[in-house]
Amino acid sequence: MASLDRVKVLVLGDSGCGKSSLVHLLCQNQVLGNPSWTVGCSLDVRIHDYKEGTPEEKTYYIELWDVGGSVGCVSSIKSTRAVFYNSVNGIILVHDLTNKKSSQNLYRWSLEALNKDSSPTGVIVSNGSDYDREQFAENPVPLLLIGTKFDQIPENKRSDVLNRTAFLSEDFNAEEINLDCTNPRYLAAGTSNAVKLSRFFDKVVEKRYFTRDPSQMAGFTDRKRFNFKSLHYD
Amino acid sequence: QESPSLTCGFIPTQVLFFGFGWLFFMRQLFKDYEVRQYVVQVVFSITFAFSCTMFELIIFEILGALSSSSRYFHWKLNLYVILLVLIFVVPFYIGYFVVSNIRLLQRQKLLFACVVWFTFMYFFWKLGDPFPILSPKHGILSIEQLISRVGVIGVTLMALLSGFGAVNCPYTYMSYFLRNVTDSDILALERRLLQTMDMIVSKKKRMAMTRRQMYQRGEDQNKQTGFWAMIKSVTSSPSGTENLSLVQQEVDALEELSRQLFLETVDLQTTKERIEYSKTFQGKYFNFLGYFFSIYCVWKIFMVKFWSQHISFILVGIIIVTSIRGLLITLTKFFYAISSSKSSNVIVLVLAQIMGMYFVSSVLLMRMSMPLEYRSIVTEVLGELQFNFYHRWFDVIFLVSALSSILFLYLAHKQAPEKQMVL
Repeated sequence: MASLDRVKVLVLGDSGCGKSSLVHLLCQNQVLGNPSWTVGCSLDVRIHDYKEGTPEEKTYYIELWDVGGSVGCVSSIKSTRAVFYNSVNGIILVHDLTNKKSSQNLYRWSLEALNKDSSPTGVIVSNGSDYDREQFAENPVPLLLIGTKFDQIPENKRSDVLNRTAFLSEDFNAEEINLDCTNPRYLAAGTSNAVKLSRFFDKVVEKRYFTRDPSQMAGFTDRKRFNFKSLHYD
Repeated sequence: QESPSLTCGFIPTQVLFFGFGWLFFMRQLFKDYEVRQYVVQVVFSITFAFSCTMFELIIFEILGALSSSSRYFHWKLNLYVILLVLIFVVPFYIGYFVVSNIRLLQRQKLLFACVVWFTFMYFFWKLGDPFPILSPKHGILSIEQLISRVGVIGVTLMALLSGFGAVNCPYTYMSYFLRNVTDSDILALERRLLQTMDMIVSKKKRMAMTRRQMYQRGEDQNKQTGFWAMIKSVTSSPSGTENLSLVQQEVDALEELSRQLFLETVDLQTTKERIEYSKTFQGKYFNFLGYFFSIYCVWKIFMVKFWSQHISFILVGIIIVTSIRGLLITLTKFFYAISSSKSSNVIVLVLAQIMGMYFVSSVLLMRMSMPLEYRSIVTEVLGELQFNFYHRWFDVIFLVSALSSILFLYLAHKQAPEKQMVL
């Protein structure tokens, strides 16, 4: 299979966050009945209509690579899963809204995936607090932040949680969606979540196929600038 | 007469041990999780603190610190507390958290937790029947009854872990056993892994397109029933669902293959790292220690009971420290391997239970390693248990565990190079 035809999106996050359920929901529009541990990487494909409803509408296959494991595991596992981070066109960062650590660990996850050119156990640019936003502002890989288990947050705590995730999405320069993976209505057609999702995938496809520079997957080691208008987030 | 300040001398050390347990819990075990139930952390730290105090008491015994009556008092006190924790508190909370995870039983959590606890107590009591652990003249609720049972469980665990550790430790660290792994081996495996992922991608694309077409044509995922279905099935080619399930089977097989390849690659990476580590100074030092300890373990397996009194005290100290360290490391690894955000509380409590029982039985067994004059306090405090039984039981289980581990590792070692030849 020629690598030119692939659109690859990583799904990263701590184990137990609901990545497998999320991927199943995104690709098969069904709730995953029996989630089990992801060993290595589990894969699924979503059919996406790029620019749906316009004359330029075109169908693409988007591969969702759900990489299992935790961010603090042994270096041999990290070295092995680095093999999945090649030629990535987008990253979905998943965190569990009921577990603050999983949100904090997203910084490490994103660094692990984007820094794969340096040694996997090394180069943590900063710890969670004094995080360097500039790196993510220039980041050529589109990110999407998804918070799961939204239904398990009691009503009175919701605004706190949403505040926290708003900060996160600013840090990553990414859109955020909060949902419950066992309930398809969060992503039903026409909801704002579905619109955000669609926009994210459109962005991924655009960068993949319509950017000026074809060898575009760099990460932090390469600071080329892209002169494409739709790169800027509003 | 003892001044009160001396008798209370244990409190600062206990606070210290408690703090250490607390930090270990927070920084190591739970570093990826959010602590929501502080009772778990407290129970874990208490178990750790009182277990360590027991070791401290042995050292004090040997050193002759404090008066013997005050030592006796602290022994008894410590023993009561730790038995209370291991038999009432920890099992109850394990039951409580297990029940909390099961949705059906959420309503009556406390009730079901008590049911679980009574079941545990029943089996715990029954444990005493097949073993000749008590001399017959003891009452029902004496401390000897409880300690004897805790001892059996703990000694079995210790023997299993020691047997496996005695074999696995030299195997893991001695360079003699390290298979030769090159970068090209790893690259070849990674290439195979990615090829497998590619095949999965192409099949999933087909499945996704088929599902979409079926949806657009209005076909159901479920089999259509009724008159029209019968007519259709006579004339039409295999339906979308049948195609899907065939491809799904192929995908399942490929996914299983990808998991195996992933684990093999991790295995090779681990070996490669171990080889690199063995070339460092630290690695060489531990390699030497590995040879030393393997000789020691062989000696322990085959020689019976010869302890010089001078060596025994040092050995007791080393055994205590390495036991605690080894156990904590093993527990941590085990915890990382199997825990999740749902089960972490239960698993930590189970680990606390194992740790407590392990330490109590260490005291039981340590009696043999102690010089004669110090054994008396342990005998006095623990009552008239049949100590010989425990030692024989330990030796038997240790031998069984060590031999099974040798067999297991031999088979695993033999299998691995063959896999590489297939590449």
